[in-house]
Amino acid sequence: MFLYNLRLALLSLKRDPVLTLLMVGAVAVGIGMSTTTLAVYHSMSGNPIPQKSGQLFAVQLDNWSPSQPYNDPDDPPTQVTYRDAQNLMHAGKAKHQNASFTSAMVLQTDKPDVKPDLIVARATFDDFFPMFDVPFEYGGPWNKDADQNAEQVVVLDHEYNQKLFGGANSVGKEIILNNRRFRVVGVLKPWAPSPKYYDLENDQFGDPEDMFIPFNLVSGMQLHSNGNNSCWGPPADNSFQGYLNSECVWIQFWAELPTKAEQDDYHQFLDNYVQDQKKLGRFPRPLNNRLNDVTDWLAYNHVVSKDSEALVGLSFMFLAVCMLNTIGLILAKFLRRSGEIGLRRAVGASKAALFRQYLVETGVIGISGGLLGILLGWAGLIGVRHLINSSDHYTHLDWTMVGVSLLLALLSSMLAGIYPAWRVVRIPPAIYLKVQ
Amino acid sequence: MNDSNGSKNMLSMQNISKIYRTDVVQTHALREFSLEVKEGEFVAVMGPSGSGKTTFLNIAGLLESFDTGIYMLDGEDVSHLSDDGRSRIRNERIGFIFQSFNLIPDLNVFDNVDVPLRYRGLKSADRAKRIQDALETVGLASRMKHLPSQLSGGQQQRVAIARALAGEPRILFADEPTGNLDSLMARQVLDMLESINASGTTIVMVTHDPELARRAHRSVHVLDGQVMDLKAVPDTGGKRDNGKAQA
Repeated sequence: MFLYNLRLALLSLKRDPVLTLLMVGAVAVGIGMSTTTLAVYHSMSGNPIPQKSGQLFAVQLDNWSPSQPYNDPDDPPTQVTYRDAQNLMHAGKAKHQNASFTSAMVLQTDKPDVKPDLIVARATFDDFFPMFDVPFEYGGPWNKDADQNAEQVVVLDHEYNQKLFGGANSVGKEIILNNRRFRVVGVLKPWAPSPKYYDLENDQFGDPEDMFIPFNLVSGMQLHSNGNNSCWGPPADNSFQGYLNSECVWIQFWAELPTKAEQDDYHQFLDNYVQDQKKLGRFPRPLNNRLNDVTDWLAYNHVVSKDSEALVGLSFMFLAVCMLNTIGLILAKFLRRSGEIGLRRAVGASKAALFRQYLVETGVIGISGGLLGILLGWAGLIGVRHLINSSDHYTHLDWTMVGVSLLLALLSSMLAGIYPAWRVVRIPPAIYLKVQ
Repeated sequence: MNDSNGSKNMLSMQNISKIYRTDVVQTHALREFSLEVKEGEFVAVMGPSGSGKTTFLNIAGLLESFDTGIYMLDGEDVSHLSDDGRSRIRNERIGFIFQSFNLIPDLNVFDNVDVPLRYRGLKSADRAKRIQDALETVGLASRMKHLPSQLSGGQQQRVAIARALAGEPRILFADEPTGNLDSLMARQVLDMLESINASGTTIVMVTHDPELARRAHRSVHVLDGQVMDLKAVPDTGGKRDNGKAQA
């Protein structure tokens, strides 16, 4: 019977092309708007590493000023100092841990036709790659010795390997960063977690860095962070070492803690660490160390803004208005077929059978409007991308969103069809037959 | 419910009343309306406009409810049936023929005849055979793929008759079945109704036309919502004996 109803629905839609176009158009505009805002919201609120988001923890230590918190009401800094990063790395209490920051560097090659380029490198430890499930195309991460000895090795992202080596296996080849030669040890596959959860200080929805180098090069190369850098007091002296020893926070620190016991132990370790540091005259504020897993970290940093949520709400209200218009159009369409309704009732169609027939018809309207709406939504996302000049990480339409939009169109149109269908099937058939 | 002759009543209405109400006026469409139609009868219901014959037909065909009285159809009390129950009986035991044919314009002849069968849960092959047989009966088997708009008025009414026949109804209600046809077409349709009746299907036909009524076994006159008179047709050229119905 479903296929029969589907056929009747298609015939009915063909019968009144203008009315059909109006109904499909109303659904499409509502769905297009919803799709655009939902797609942005979906990308913003998505879990970038679902397989282990509950095991990766951003570390916060409250080394801030005794006179005021880092953020009201009593939030600790979202990054750590160089000294604390090094101490936590040396302690090695987690299964994996890494400290990292981004730095702008000048890239050169031995190829005379390649001009020097300004790139963004992430200085980090070898644990960064297995912790965040970073996929490799060639080679792999550097080893512990390279970290220990601050070796000049580099991991290229997919795009830069294309640019510099035409996408070939470049492991063993050399590039020049800030006038120093670096040996390529690995090349990444295309990789773009969105949001870029491991560093929310720099363009939360931007691309990952172009290259990755060992963290311990920071001292020898005097690498400065090109990300967020916050201090509550001046360094002891103006030297680079003075900056490294300061209470300025500019390094993201993550620990991989698969079990609850490990999380509790690590929290205790942090508390003990801060107590030890207090004895050295640091950490003047009360104990306020925090561990946030990926999901909590995204929420804590308000990656999904209230504005986005409000926009989604508004778009749903707009969809409701479109659907209210559609209800009127559907009712008009159904009533125009009063003769058919009366005839079907007269020859034995039950109210339920006719109700199903009309719901299938509204479902077809919904699916058609949904498909058109997805196209409008896609166009809307392109518009948003150009309007705010954003990365396409949160202005793209994935298959999940296509499915959600179609489902939304189907459900909302069937909801819109309930009243008209109910209204026409409950009128006694004799009334419709009199109309003939 | 048999009469003294032993023939079964197909339709029996006792003291049926129907009042249409608005805020300001009440209209008695049927008053204490009583009628019996025997199984296999061909009865013409006549009366002027507004006399209540269409209301009678709607109530008899379970298209409309009534206020008081008892209605037995094919031996079953249908006075207080639910809407689903009425739909089921309309689908399985009743056939309708309307003045304006009531064909669905988007559906071809085959699909129009298929409409009532769709609601009976029959298998596709069974439906196809019934449709084929019904269309052969009305002489339109070769027009299955035609749309109603491609047929003449007479042909459209024959499709409507095929639609009514395909469900193998026990009783056929016809509302001015020749009202929209020229005399030649009207004669063909009437011949067809007689033939259907001859095969055992009870027919109740509402008409204004005395010529048409003369071809029924008997005619019933309705005035002001009541049966006024039952007139037996003396000789119908080999038709069965007239049944006896009472007002």
